[in-house]
Amino acid sequence: MKQSLAAMLVLTVALLIVSPSLVAHHGSASFDTAKKLTLKGSVVEWFWANPHCFLRFSVKDESGQAVEWVVETQSGPNILPLGYTKQTFKPGDEVTVTLQPVRNGKPLGRLLSVVLPNGKKLGAMGEGSGTANGSDEPK
Amino acid sequence: MQHRLVVPVIALSAVLNFPSFSHAQARLPGAVYDFDRKGEKPGPAPKRDISGIWEPASGPSGGIQGKGAAAMESCKREKPGGKYVVDPNAPVTDTGYATPDCLKPDVEPPYTALGRETVKAHIPVEGYRMVPDSLTNDPILKCDPGGFPRINLHNFRTSEILQTSTHVVILYKFQHRWRQIWTDGRELPKDPENPAWSNSSDALPPESRWWGYSVGKWTDDYTFVVNTNGFYDDRTWLDNAGLPQSDAMQVEETYHRVDANHLELSIKITDPKMYTKPWIALDKLSLRLQSPNFEIQEMECSPSDQEHWNKYFGNQTGPAGAK
Repeated sequence: MKQSLAAMLVLTVALLIVSPSLVAHHGSASFDTAKKLTLKGSVVEWFWANPHCFLRFSVKDESGQAVEWVVETQSGPNILPLGYTKQTFKPGDEVTVTLQPVRNGKPLGRLLSVVLPNGKKLGAMGEGSGTANGSDEPK
Repeated sequence: MQHRLVVPVIALSAVLNFPSFSHAQARLPGAVYDFDRKGEKPGPAPKRDISGIWEPASGPSGGIQGKGAAAMESCKREKPGGKYVVDPNAPVTDTGYATPDCLKPDVEPPYTALGRETVKAHIPVEGYRMVPDSLTNDPILKCDPGGFPRINLHNFRTSEILQTSTHVVILYKFQHRWRQIWTDGRELPKDPENPAWSNSSDALPPESRWWGYSVGKWTDDYTFVVNTNGFYDDRTWLDNAGLPQSDAMQVEETYHRVDANHLELSIKITDPKMYTKPWIALDKLSLRLQSPNFEIQEMECSPSDQEHWNKYFGNQTGPAGAK
């Protein structure tokens, strides 16, 4: 229970921390950088790719209808240092995903962080993460 | 599908104040950055030696430059390491999308009329004029070669420089590319389509290139200057913000070995078709020498992977209500 509370605290703090300037391959015009959503769902596909990996997961709405969300992140080599591997997700895994949604309202977004079935949290570039090897870049 | 769906939202945060952003980032395992060695006093620069594995000295994103060439600084901060200072009512640009004002380049390149016309035809996903991915015509988002000097002006990541008696080779992590720079005394061809050495028996037929034709020389014991021409037409962009280049472009790279640990890279662009005068596109990007054992990751662009990604993000991210 304490662990869950701690995880939620880390998640909440992390929600307030994101950088607009660290996207590696393409910009953020597609995304509503002022919003974040945290959704619970079941993994459909983890696509380990270059130049962009993405995670498809199914979320049930209040009426029980399944909605498939897709969140993108960076290339495999770029997110390896954050703790992701090709085997991080398998279909059916229950995950909690924090994302930055696209502006046009479709169920698409940019992955900010994810809590795995074992409670471990992984972040993304620009996301403060309790488990990744993040460091503050001095300026 | 619109957002009328009620989903089990655990948290919905509307963070309207960009200044709350921080600049936390990943680091490459095993890499050493300047912030790891505060107060260090590096040894003297070795003479005529720029070889080794180099990483942006300020961190792995130090060479990414989402704002575009000639705009090296990130969005302004209240103080070093502090909050971003961003206009909350950013203007709508000529692409029709409002983007954080801090992405605007500090200095606009000296466009010719053709240059200005060409940059407007380039619809980028980064920089001040960025649009959603579904609207872009950026060639590298189809996994086309980014070419040179874009490899240096965007996504300058870990790179290895090798020196031989006749040439310098640069191996780039981004897109897994390499360049060869001749140091055997030959001059840059006045007409790259018909270089003087093309008459020699061991020369390749002349050709225009994504990466140009490069010759380099030491101007002093610590400064290596590379000139490149022989480019394709304007199918390549100068940077991720969509700045133009043409087949008339000549690029001058200056590699200055500052000390035992650091190398500075500057780039000057001369392209009379696109720019009225030469201008500095990169001003002393600081690179830090890494251990010889440091491994360069593979960072390819796979067209089939990109096609799969496009089903979602390349085709469905605009334009409804995207301002």
